[in-house]
Amino acid sequence: MDLNYTPEEKAFQLEVRSFLKESYPKELQDKVSKGIALKKEDYVRWQKILAKQGWVAPGWPEKFGGPGWSPVQKYIFDEECGTANCLRTVAFGLVMLAPVLMEFGTDEQREKYLSDIYNSDVWWCQGYSEPNSGSDLASLQTRAEKQGDHYIVNGSKTWTTHGHYADKMFALVRTSKEDRKQKGISFLMLDMKAPGVTVDPIITVDGMHVVNQVFLDNVKVPVENLVGVEGEGWTIAKYLLQHERTYIAQVPRSKKQIERLKVLAGKELHNGKSLLEDDRFRAKIAEIEIELLALEMTSLRILSKMSAGQPPGSASSLLKVKGTEVQQAITALLMEATGYYGFPYFKEVLKEGWNEEAVGPEEATFLAPHYFDWRKSSIYGGSNEIQKNIMAKAVLGL
Amino acid sequence: MNLEFTEEQVMLQDALNKYLEKEYSFEQRQKLSRNGVGYSEENWQNFADMGLLGVPFDEQYGGFGFGATGLIVVMEAIGKGLVVEPYLASVVLGGQLIQQAGSEVQKEALIPQLIAGELKLAFAYVERNSRFNLADVAFKAEKEGDGFRLSGKKSVVFNAETADKIIVSARTAGDQTSKEGISLFIVDKGAVGLSSRDYETVDGLRASELDFDGVIVGADALIGSLNEAYPVIESVIDFASAAICAESVGVITQLREKTVEYLKTRKQFGQPIGAFQVLQHRTVDMFMVEEQMRSLAYLAAIRVTDGTAEERLKSVSAAKVYLGDARPIVGEQSAQLHGGIGVTDELDVAHYVKRLTMLNVLFGDRDHHMQRFCQS
Ligand SMILES: Cc1cc2nc3c(=O)[nH]c(=O)nc-3n(C[C@H](O)[C@H](O)[C@H](O)COP(=O)(O)OP(=O)(O)OC[C@H]3O[C@@H](n4cnc5c(N)ncnc54)[C@H](O)[C@@H]3O)c2cc1C
Repeated sequence: MDLNYTPEEKAFQLEVRSFLKESYPKELQDKVSKGIALKKEDYVRWQKILAKQGWVAPGWPEKFGGPGWSPVQKYIFDEECGTANCLRTVAFGLVMLAPVLMEFGTDEQREKYLSDIYNSDVWWCQGYSEPNSGSDLASLQTRAEKQGDHYIVNGSKTWTTHGHYADKMFALVRTSKEDRKQKGISFLMLDMKAPGVTVDPIITVDGMHVVNQVFLDNVKVPVENLVGVEGEGWTIAKYLLQHERTYIAQVPRSKKQIERLKVLAGKELHNGKSLLEDDRFRAKIAEIEIELLALEMTSLRILSKMSAGQPPGSASSLLKVKGTEVQQAITALLMEATGYYGFPYFKEVLKEGWNEEAVGPEEATFLAPHYFDWRKSSIYGGSNEIQKNIMAKAVLGL
Repeated sequence: MNLEFTEEQVMLQDALNKYLEKEYSFEQRQKLSRNGVGYSEENWQNFADMGLLGVPFDEQYGGFGFGATGLIVVMEAIGKGLVVEPYLASVVLGGQLIQQAGSEVQKEALIPQLIAGELKLAFAYVERNSRFNLADVAFKAEKEGDGFRLSGKKSVVFNAETADKIIVSARTAGDQTSKEGISLFIVDKGAVGLSSRDYETVDGLRASELDFDGVIVGADALIGSLNEAYPVIESVIDFASAAICAESVGVITQLREKTVEYLKTRKQFGQPIGAFQVLQHRTVDMFMVEEQMRSLAYLAAIRVTDGTAEERLKSVSAAKVYLGDARPIVGEQSAQLHGGIGVTDELDVAHYVKRLTMLNVLFGDRDHHMQRFCQS
């Protein structure tokens, strides 16, 4: 065992670092470091730069345009991106749908969709959850009936992140009623601009619009937009979720957030001393740091076993639970660090940053809304309770 | 010993709960919260008519003389209804400062007006670097003729925007963190040189940053003795802390009830999610915190009324520490157990969670009170 990088890995690290330094736009760095809400054009801008460099899809196998990196290289890349305050690429196309198309799609589908995903020319959203089917995803009710060379889709999807940005949705739909609810589910790709698709905003606790409810009313979907075998979409659904859960863990981002927390705590005073010099507060930061050290090593252990494109299986559940717990704990401490300055709420500042003198520390306004909003991380991607159920069953055999 | 509320107190609580049930749906609350001033003048007058504004004041000034223990019933209802009217700012903080430190003349002039709803107060004590230390006062008051000249800034002053008068803590002697040399002044909101920057707070109230640019006040603006305000401020903040602990009991009760109700109605996997034992235990944890919090809130209210200084400090800090525990156990878990809907703006639960979270910050967070408990 050796945690030191080889000379080649060190060289790669420098290469990534200097690329980010030259190519990562300052405005984006500023937004991410302050926690200002990101817009679609921000993501597209950065993803296009990465695509040009050949680095937008580290997880893809080389034959589909991935960079052919080793697990260590991928780790180094993530780490450097975190340190540089890079915005994270959006997962729906790159991390979720693409591996599914590679594994289950037809050549025509790969041909048609992968390069648009790679170049961020087509924006995807995920149509899994429904109002009555959250944790119990397999109970989903959205129906797709085959009529000639089309499916006619009816139902509603909800919590659709970026639904208002999306050109297309990959959705789980029911194509037949079977004895087991997991059977008869199919994986369809549909056009968000098609007649019969309505997108209603859902405003979250921080006052922002990121998620939506999507109504599907007699939406026509060509049969060639079915991925894999009709009625066997559940296998695909699960395959995709493992990719999603691993993506959620975000260790480098948490490391960066801890750094940010220390800077803030170093500036905020408490009885004349900085909060960072306060034993109680410092110990609370340390608790998170220790948890994160363990998580980093655990994810390295898991990821180093995986070859390109492979999902990590039930280990994704562990990464999801621990990753989100750490993220949530950091948001809580960031908020605590600002004391009374957690109170002021400036919705426009959350979107645009301060254009005038800030109330209290500049970053304070973002921290309480982020704390409230980040409760979502233990709910989405399959709630943490569900992840524990999966581990109890699949790992421990209970 | 008697741990029951008086008949009068129970009647008052019933009346208030009825009023809130009728006039204070969550939708109405949200409207008030976002109407620009953050509350309704009509509700305020109705509170005055019901006698609510007189609850903690001595009878000789027209109050009920219920003190902090009587205040519990009001604050719990305020928590339940997520009431945005400036009760805490005006009646509890402003009112107690006058009641505890005001001269006879000041009390006779101000308290009846407060009770009648004709006068609203706000208390400015937080500064950029003071965090939770009430003695950390850089804001200056210097002698000027017969009176004083006030200069400096105060932060996060609740309901200052609509207050008629501001009570402000100022340094009149000693260095910035000394407990000696702090004084209290009452200033007209419209005073020359006083400007404010008003904003919404994350939990749906309104607050302001205040800038005093050489505001001149007369000698009669001084409340209490010159240089000796610290013990009064501490005692009033303890009184108000006991009050918000009672408010938190109302908030926690609502969150527990709403979450349990949701567990009974939301179905996944063909059964109410309340059938899952892990969720049952989470709500039982909420329920236990609720009962323990209620006990500590009552204890704090009793001790701020008749305890020794040490009993007061310890019981208030104990209650505030517990309120800090309620944040993860009740606040975070209420959101979690509601799933996606628990993090939406539309659902009242998220707003109760916000209030509970911010009550933890108000008057010192868990760490601050843990430290104070250990040191007292
Ligand atoms: C911000 C956000 C973004 C999202 N983005 C998307 C998206 O882009 N696309 C998409 O398809 N979905 C998305 N989701 C939906 C997300 O996957 C669901 O919210 C999640 O699966 C939980 O479902 P639910 O909200 O219906 O909660 P419910 O399933 O109703 O769960 C309520 C509570 O019950 C618990 N529970 C349920 N079953 C069990 C059990 N068997 N044992 C123990 N506890 C249980 C849950 O853990 C939770 O605490 C998003 C959600 C959020 C909050």
